[in-house]
Amino acid sequence: MSSVVIAGYARSPFHFAHKGALTKVRPDDLAAIVVKGLIKQLGIDPTTIEDLILGNAMPEGEQGLNMARMVGLLAGLPQSVGGVTVNRFCGSSMQAIHDAAGQLSLSAGGAYIAAGVESMTRVPMSGFNPMPNPTLYAQNNGAYMGMGETAENVANQYQLTREDQEQLAVESHAKAKAAQDAGKLAEELVAIQTPDGSTIDVDGCIRPETSPDGLAGLKPAFAMDGSVTAGTSSPLTDGAAAVLVCTEEYAAKNDLAPFARIKAVAVHGCDPKTMGLGPIGATRKALKRAGISIDDVDVIEINEAFSSQALACMSDLSIDRTKVNLDGGALALGHPLGATGARITGKAASLLKREGGKYALATQCIGGGQGIATVLEAI
Amino acid sequence: MEIKKVAVIGSGVMGMGIAAQVANAGLPVVLLDIVPDDGPRSALAQGAISKALKARPAPFMHKRVAKKVTPGNLEDDLEKLADCDLIIEVIIERLELKHALYRKVEAVARPDAIITSNTSTIQRARLIEGMPAERAKRFAITHFFNPPRYMRLLELVAGDNVDADVIDTLTTFCDVNLGKGVVRCKDTPGFIANRLGTMWISSATNAAKNHGFRVDEADVLVGKAFGIPSTGVFALMDLVGLDLMPLVGRSLYDNLPEGDAFREVFHEDPMVLQMVEKGYTGRKGLGGFYRMNKEGGRKVKEALNLETGEYYVASKPKFDSVEAARKGGPRATLEFGDKTSAMSWEWLRQTLSYCAELAFDICDGIQATDDGMKLGYGWKWGPFELMDRIGPKWIADKLEAEGYAVPALLRAVGDGTFYKVENGELMVMDQAGAYAPVKRADGVLLLSDIKLTSEPLFRGRSASVWDIGDGVLNVEFHSKMNAFEEGHFKALNMAMDTIERDEKYVALTIYNEDPRAFSAGANLGEALFAANTAMWPVVQMSIINGQKALKRLRFTNFPVVAAPAGLALGGGCEVCLAANAIQGHAELYIGLVEAGVGLVPGWGGCKELIRRHTSNPRGPKGPMPGPMKAFELIATAAVSTSAMEARDNLVFTQEDGITMNRDRLLADAKARALAMVDSGFISPEPVEFRLPGPSGATAFHMGLDDYKAKGIASDYDMVVGAELAIILSGGASDPTETLGEDDILKMEQESFMKLLKNQKTLARIEHMLNTGKPLRN
Repeated sequence: MSSVVIAGYARSPFHFAHKGALTKVRPDDLAAIVVKGLIKQLGIDPTTIEDLILGNAMPEGEQGLNMARMVGLLAGLPQSVGGVTVNRFCGSSMQAIHDAAGQLSLSAGGAYIAAGVESMTRVPMSGFNPMPNPTLYAQNNGAYMGMGETAENVANQYQLTREDQEQLAVESHAKAKAAQDAGKLAEELVAIQTPDGSTIDVDGCIRPETSPDGLAGLKPAFAMDGSVTAGTSSPLTDGAAAVLVCTEEYAAKNDLAPFARIKAVAVHGCDPKTMGLGPIGATRKALKRAGISIDDVDVIEINEAFSSQALACMSDLSIDRTKVNLDGGALALGHPLGATGARITGKAASLLKREGGKYALATQCIGGGQGIATVLEAI
Repeated sequence: MEIKKVAVIGSGVMGMGIAAQVANAGLPVVLLDIVPDDGPRSALAQGAISKALKARPAPFMHKRVAKKVTPGNLEDDLEKLADCDLIIEVIIERLELKHALYRKVEAVARPDAIITSNTSTIQRARLIEGMPAERAKRFAITHFFNPPRYMRLLELVAGDNVDADVIDTLTTFCDVNLGKGVVRCKDTPGFIANRLGTMWISSATNAAKNHGFRVDEADVLVGKAFGIPSTGVFALMDLVGLDLMPLVGRSLYDNLPEGDAFREVFHEDPMVLQMVEKGYTGRKGLGGFYRMNKEGGRKVKEALNLETGEYYVASKPKFDSVEAARKGGPRATLEFGDKTSAMSWEWLRQTLSYCAELAFDICDGIQATDDGMKLGYGWKWGPFELMDRIGPKWIADKLEAEGYAVPALLRAVGDGTFYKVENGELMVMDQAGAYAPVKRADGVLLLSDIKLTSEPLFRGRSASVWDIGDGVLNVEFHSKMNAFEEGHFKALNMAMDTIERDEKYVALTIYNEDPRAFSAGANLGEALFAANTAMWPVVQMSIINGQKALKRLRFTNFPVVAAPAGLALGGGCEVCLAANAIQGHAELYIGLVEAGVGLVPGWGGCKELIRRHTSNPRGPKGPMPGPMKAFELIATAAVSTSAMEARDNLVFTQEDGITMNRDRLLADAKARALAMVDSGFISPEPVEFRLPGPSGATAFHMGLDDYKAKGIASDYDMVVGAELAIILSGGASDPTETLGEDDILKMEQESFMKLLKNQKTLARIEHMLNTGKPLRN
């Protein structure tokens, strides 16, 4: 069986929802520009692509119908390239990568675009028509619990202080800023033209001025006496990301220089009330499937949905923090739900190549109580 | 000439406030100021706009409006004045700087552009010195008061040589567009309001000191009995700013001739000057004659002891002489015979004599003087109207007896009054003692005028029905704060019966002239009494009768136009929502606030907000967005702070109209109703709703849980919210089914009754009645 690799990664700049530079850009347009940009950057023949798998967490309104098909047509992909939209909330586009890898393992084609997008401006987080099941809500209100409240639960369970959480936020912004200044983010960005004619080619959520004092002044965002603030939560974000998932043969034939091989994947369910702990179970499973331990991993991308859950997962998994989110995490860069999985997996793959090492891990938590993880191996 | 674009030069508090009001009126404004020593070149105007967006009371009626103001500076952006029809100068009160600016403006302004100054202390004759004659013909003073959005008076000073079209254009623009009460003044120091107002404040503060009254006592004595707002004089000075008061007084003193009565009364108070030096400039500073002491975590209102300069805990003293005015009018206070009467007589004697002496020297006489003081200081009656209430002859006799000069106007009026109704028309006295009709601008219709000259078709304890001409009836509320009670529905039904029965009537307006409230909501006192005595059937009937009357308003076969101004809360909002159209005053505080007293809207408010939000063509589709928006507004008791903001909440629709000038509201509402008649009014069809049912209610519960966790919702908010969740989601309904308007009304009724039987609702109502503030239980 052919091994599956990640051979390309690109994303849009990430900007604050409601007030950032991408509020006027439709999510399907945003995804199409990134897909088009990735193909152009790789110089591949689009007719060789089997399918576009697009992750999205709130597939309604402008993100509705089968958005993947619309994005393919908008991006000018040949009609022969399929399109499927997948939803695993925040894990959607990592799932897109897993789906692509699975299909390739069945020899169903040679290359897939696995992408993800979310306009948290244009489609609100719980959708336009939230209609939860009253019976389930009565039985298990965690199933519908707000993400902030789950972050508070994690902070309580792991006895994480507010200062600990804020320290991670400060680090995340500092790393993102340093990476931005060194041009390390620019190389993964596809510039976006907005309807008013301006070109957006820089990330918009990073706040280099973030300081412990500044963060200490914020009010708790989700619970009166809580410890989680807007500064220790990833912001509502607009953005899109895409990776090329293909066989090693395809990469060789098309003169691509793959970043990494997909070694193992996993999903794992957990208590919805502490959904932020999802990466623990998923990572353990994936590492076991890869036959390695956490210490064997050189580069780690763990999604910072909230400081509290990222810290809890790192502590539980005995992760060495110096290996984590080298160019900053979601606290600084933003977290457009459907796009994050493709970003962190693409990023982990490219970092493995840039930094050297043998294995990389990308993992994230998922609302409703799940985790998803991908182990990558250097080529 | 029509004014389409305006420039304001000077971005201080007044300049910014004027620019904001022009923007509120929907016109583009250029706001220019000097280039600061460092920083961006237009930083002053830019900074003023940012500050204005945060200022309270807000200069802008909607934050969106700020985009209409273009900031700039006087060096790089002067050419922006070239296409302005009106240029308003609002810079520092220094003649040479103003002259220099006018020369600069002259170089770029269109020859037909109008230029005005907002000066309060410099006469127009000085301002036009050295100005080209052609420009002087298009130059006037437009004197706004602070804050320009909220203060109604605008003094217009134009010399004899000013073109008639300039006066007409300015008058119309300031009146119709900016909503101001325009009063023509002669070119004399302090015009009307500063001249007479400073005299009033000086004489009243002197009288308080002379008779040994404390500041909180003096403010009560100066207030209600004479139709003067409860700020009296000391609290008013705090509001205006203690730093400004001596400047205005000093400037008048210097500019008025020897022998002017003000020069006898005015003296600079060293205590005030010292206070200003220490930052005690009134409400904007550390405090003034009053201050809020926040030590110990509680807010305590304190007043200044005028002798020791120390603060004491302020109270609201009661005086028998003031109470006597309730029945006997202001004269009863003056005749009460204690030292409060002596104090009141002292300042009234000085102030009213001064007004009578000057009315024809500083403006066009009695009506203009009254308008100036009413619009400028919120007096219920102008000085001449007040004299009519006291009795001009009584005043003249008392002056004479005490050896004071009797002004010629008081002699001329004799034992008559300055105003009188003759042949159904309100007349006012001229300088020679003859009477002429009171002048109202075209398009101004006042219920108070109609009431002087006609009888109501129905007069109830809390509401009456008036014929306002052209086949239109008006229901006027007149209970305390116009709180809704049975009598309101009775009057509404009487009016509707009459229009349906009598062919000569074609439309209904709902309007009153209470300066504060169109209606502050249901009569909570009655509700509390009924609940405490368990008169449940009575309460239920009142809900049903209210629902019936408001439903009838909506579906009757003639147009109903509600014309709210000020507060329109709870039931006051519901009656507007039930009307076929709203013509509202721009200054409108409207919303469904029932949740604050532990209730849900019971007179169709829930139903109307769902209807408006589910039929909003610009909103997202599906069963949830409409109810969700209604839930958010009602659960948080959201109140708009302007009619413009009410559009965001769909309390106002795009078709509903906004009137900037309060005095034009009734005429606009009536015109609106008649236009609906002319265009063949057809009453609306009842609508059917598809609501989300229990799934939607679950989503509302999630929202409530979230609010609870964040500390926004209290325990009892959750109970009230749960009832709202039932109504707004359609109860046991389902998106596959439809509900009628009556189904929602029934749910409103059930939830209302259920909540009213809860002790925590009663505690909220009691707290609101006692303190005027919501209880968070």
